[in-house]
Amino acid sequence: MGDIYKGSPLLETKGVSKSFGAVQALTRVDFNVYPGEVVALVGDNGAGKSTLIKGIAGIYGFDEGEVTFDSRRVNIHSPRDAAALGIEVVYQDLALADNLDVVSNMFLGREWTSGVTPGNESNGGAPGGIVKLMRNLLPLTEIEMEKRAVATLNDLAVTTLRSVRLPVASLSGGQRQSVAIAKAVLWNSRLVILDEPTAALGVAQTRQVLNLVRRLADKGLGVVVISHNLHDIFEVADRIAVLRLGHMVKTFRRSETDQKEVVHAITAGQIGVVPGMAS
Amino acid sequence: MSEVAQTPDAPVKSALLDSQKQQTVGEYVSGALRGIRSGDIGSLPIVLGLIVIAIIFQSLNQNFLTPRNLVNIVIQMAGIAVIAYGMVFVLLLGEIDLSAGYVSAIGGVATAIMLRDSLTNPALAWMDWWNVIPIALLVTAAIGALHGFLITTFQLPSFIVTLAGLLAWNGVVLLIIGDGGTVNIQNPVVRNLASDVLSPEMTWLVVIVFIVLMTVLEFTTASARQKAGLRAKPMSIIIAQTVIMAVAGAFIAYLFNINRALNETATPQAGMPVIAVLMLIFLLVLAFIAERTRFGRYVYAVGGNKEAARRAGIRVERIRVLVFMISGLMAGMGGIILASRLKSVATDAGGGNLLLYVIAAAVIGGTSLFGGRGKVVSAVLGALVVASVENGMGLLNVSSGIKFIVTGLVLLAAVVIDALSRRQQQASGRR
Repeated sequence: MGDIYKGSPLLETKGVSKSFGAVQALTRVDFNVYPGEVVALVGDNGAGKSTLIKGIAGIYGFDEGEVTFDSRRVNIHSPRDAAALGIEVVYQDLALADNLDVVSNMFLGREWTSGVTPGNESNGGAPGGIVKLMRNLLPLTEIEMEKRAVATLNDLAVTTLRSVRLPVASLSGGQRQSVAIAKAVLWNSRLVILDEPTAALGVAQTRQVLNLVRRLADKGLGVVVISHNLHDIFEVADRIAVLRLGHMVKTFRRSETDQKEVVHAITAGQIGVVPGMAS
Repeated sequence: MSEVAQTPDAPVKSALLDSQKQQTVGEYVSGALRGIRSGDIGSLPIVLGLIVIAIIFQSLNQNFLTPRNLVNIVIQMAGIAVIAYGMVFVLLLGEIDLSAGYVSAIGGVATAIMLRDSLTNPALAWMDWWNVIPIALLVTAAIGALHGFLITTFQLPSFIVTLAGLLAWNGVVLLIIGDGGTVNIQNPVVRNLASDVLSPEMTWLVVIVFIVLMTVLEFTTASARQKAGLRAKPMSIIIAQTVIMAVAGAFIAYLFNINRALNETATPQAGMPVIAVLMLIFLLVLAFIAERTRFGRYVYAVGGNKEAARRAGIRVERIRVLVFMISGLMAGMGGIILASRLKSVATDAGGGNLLLYVIAAAVIGGTSLFGGRGKVVSAVLGALVVASVENGMGLLNVSSGIKFIVTGLVLLAAVVIDALSRRQQQASGRR
């Protein structure tokens, strides 16, 4: 497990801060993700977890500090910039269109059309206006998209899905989460950020999704998981980064800590025991 | 889902890979039946509804199913269907366009006025049907774009903006037509747009071309999917569909080609109305846009989940403006067809129950008022129902009070069927 930390981190933030008016949401946060590991980002409500990932995803910029990706300094100003680097975010509400089928959802906004060979499609480059307009009226290459969707889902061992042509509305919570994650890795992404992926899922479905998260890391992707569920985190994460009131308090290796210690870090010692756990 | 597949240690048995195996005919049919039972009824109720309507009116008046009257129904439905094509796009977004009726009137009035003035004003002598119609359509498309611009820029409900449009464009029509009351259309091409018919030979040609086109499309899609290792429609099903379509097409061509003249000595009248071909062409183009292009996919996505569409990088506001533009464009085209039917435009153009018929056509055809669900073809099927009911009651000479009530009930029935099928789909976990 130790050898994944030998190289340089895939993503690193150095001293990033962000304030909204008078509220200092992040204060000089250092955070990094190595390829092939799952990092859990934990903290109480208002600790700055969402602010950190939204900054990385390009929803808004940081006020100060720098972000490096692949050891290169990058400026991420929009979700498109993030996607061009290979950073994908799976939000808690999944952002799936219920009326569209699995394939349509996985390719939403980046559909392949005839004349555009699969592979040269990058969502970073913006072709000229009229070309782009015309491309929106070219026939979609449904067969290529379906093949790719099936291959990706199989690769991630999403095995319970009956068909990729079912509307997403008819899928279970775990399947929907799987589709959202598969959508994120469809584009040769290198860093996947998951916001509360197991909230609102049942036991079997949580297991299904945690397995999927682990497989992403085993494929060499960097994975960041935001979660409140320490049990899930200890099951899947390699490292656990704790934010409190906008400060990065501590980053634990999972093998070297326990839930009690993490809770202590989250709450600054206000709660001595893990809620619901016999001490 | 089996519980087995969800435990990590069980052997990986992929339902997804299973789903790509080719089906036998039996499996395909039972799958389709299962779909119907779980509420995925498609256009089944409307076909049954049309049969019921035909039986009722035919038993009350034997002229209903004569070739002559069927052609009348086609001409009656054309304007409604063409306007409803645009309305389907708007409804797919989960919005509504209440101005469609009077925007269609603008299309008709603009055409009639320009053609009239081209005869009297030497400076406008260059105007003829082939440039007047595009100009009129440009005007109505611009009106639609204006509605879309107002809705998206100020984040207003489309209901309110187009309600304002309904009033304002009605006013514009009244002002343009003025006290004269009626503008006659002299131009032969526009005059005859709604009444011209193809020769019997051309009628056959159109029907055959359409069937061949559809069949080739189905075959190439199925064989390409099979080659790619994806589940395809079984060939025997496609052949069966083609046979049914060919028989139906031949029957329709035969009906159109029966002499419709009232007596033996009159000049023979036979052939498919040109307007039906026009309706078909618009249907094919718009259905292609809705179902086979990125733009169409984005319309469905915005209607299904606006936020998801936005996060996927879709320019939601641009899509909305474009859709209202399409609505204006198709309303204009429908208005020209309606004007051609009357061979004139009067101050009451676009009024009456036109707007309700248009919305009813789209909804009866199966397009949801809540966005994200529906097809362009629903506009044709719905318009056929609406026109049949109106025509049938016209034959029976019932008062317009009864007409309105019956049309209202048909619309209500359609919405109830839609709601029931949606509930059934929810219950069976499809939606």
